[in-house]
Amino acid sequence: MDEPTAPPDTPLAPPIAPIVVYRHRLATRIWHWINAITIFIMIGSGIGILNAHPRLYWGQYGANFDHAWLDLRPYGAILRSGWLTIPAGYNLAISRRWHLLFALVLGFGLLVFMIASLINRHFQRDLRVRAREIGPRHLWADLLAHLRFDFHNPDDPAAYNTLQKLAYVAAIFVLIPLMIFTGLAMSPGMDAAWPWLIELFGGRQSARSIHFIAASGIVLFVIVHLTLVVLAGPIEEVWSMITGRWTLPAAPPPEPAPTSRAEPEAAE
Amino acid sequence: MTLITRRTLVTGGALGAGLLLSGCDKLAQQPSFRRILFSGEKINMGLQRALMDRNALAPEFTPDQMSPVFRTNGNSNPNTADYNRHVAENFANWRLDIGGLVDRPLRLSLTDIGAFPQRAQITRHDCVEGWSAIGKWQGPMLGNVLKAAGVRTSARYIVFTCADLWSGAPYYESIDLIDAFHPQTILAWAMNDKRVSVGHGAPIRLRVERHLGYKNAKYVMRIDAVASLAGIGLGKGGYWEDHVNYDWYAGI
Repeated sequence: MDEPTAPPDTPLAPPIAPIVVYRHRLATRIWHWINAITIFIMIGSGIGILNAHPRLYWGQYGANFDHAWLDLRPYGAILRSGWLTIPAGYNLAISRRWHLLFALVLGFGLLVFMIASLINRHFQRDLRVRAREIGPRHLWADLLAHLRFDFHNPDDPAAYNTLQKLAYVAAIFVLIPLMIFTGLAMSPGMDAAWPWLIELFGGRQSARSIHFIAASGIVLFVIVHLTLVVLAGPIEEVWSMITGRWTLPAAPPPEPAPTSRAEPEAAE
Repeated sequence: MTLITRRTLVTGGALGAGLLLSGCDKLAQQPSFRRILFSGEKINMGLQRALMDRNALAPEFTPDQMSPVFRTNGNSNPNTADYNRHVAENFANWRLDIGGLVDRPLRLSLTDIGAFPQRAQITRHDCVEGWSAIGKWQGPMLGNVLKAAGVRTSARYIVFTCADLWSGAPYYESIDLIDAFHPQTILAWAMNDKRVSVGHGAPIRLRVERHLGYKNAKYVMRIDAVASLAGIGLGKGGYWEDHVNYDWYAGI
């Protein structure tokens, strides 16, 4: 009897079925893709609007004769390049049409996502940052792990690591709300309806400056996010954000475990 | 995942982003998508009006918060023969016509305008471009002037026709009756305790404080109460609205 046998030089590995976990809930996936488009449009149209007066001030007022803390006119050639703005050619009215329509998508999208993520416990389960995790030793270990391109806790690979959680928390609870409220504070109508808006930010021109700074934070978030998606395995990551199902990466070769990692949590 | 594939992916992503950007422009050219894009104005107006008390006031400031220099923008001198004559006469023979759907058409001199109860306010002027300047404005409330003219119930908008010509046609703007009767909506003849200068819209500039700068028409010559904006200019309610698609509702 000729039984198929493995060649003697390759040890027979036990067959491992890839482990698939349900990682992203429906609300997360819908919001992610709506936001991907919305943020893209908001940044492009926002740069288009900025180009109308690319100078930023602090306080209640600010115009040509006042002191600008940031003058972007020297970068006008870059900021006006067609690959950066919506629309490609300078058109303040059309940039505003895009911006002020998609601002509604951004604002109400965030609201609905927040309510859904409280109900489906995405916030409590996946994004809660524990006191232990933000200790300097833990953060340092997490940073080193990132530099090794090691993004997953072997005990609970589907959980977000600490830096990842902090980045998501910053985007969801700080940057995007800041964009929305500074945006509203720039509206003369909203300043009449909600006078506290302008008090909150110390003036319309301060709100405009904070709007720009928070937008820069979002651009940074997007760059880091896309880089890490590419490093972590883009096809698998993108697929999981579409279907929700994520295949665990192959177990890495055994090596000494980092000093501390996020505690394992039950993955769904 | 090999590095080559990653690189391909990044390049692909950048190309995709570029395509998306130009796709946005293509979409914005489609009449059906353009309607969606332009619907944001109606939604924002509806939301703001729902959140805002009809008489909610725009923030007012103290004299020490005023801009040291209040820049001019748009047209800074109509420079027509008629207008130059009015400037030379210090607007002594200038008259403001109030007509349209009113019971008593008015023809007001600057003295008549000064005889109405006056309102002075230090407010922030927000240009659509992004800059702001704080200045003091004084004049009669438009609402009182309109009451004197007896606006008919069929009127829905107030249209302001100005002395400055843009491509041969006068600048114009329009507001609805909610803004027309708002307490801070005034026909300003004084700015920073002086007569409004030519650069800022002499002799009369509309102040409609819950809106961006382009609604605050300078060089106002005529005020008409109308039932519809159709047939005026290109029908969108203002020069910039007609010619470059600015929002008619400029509260945002």
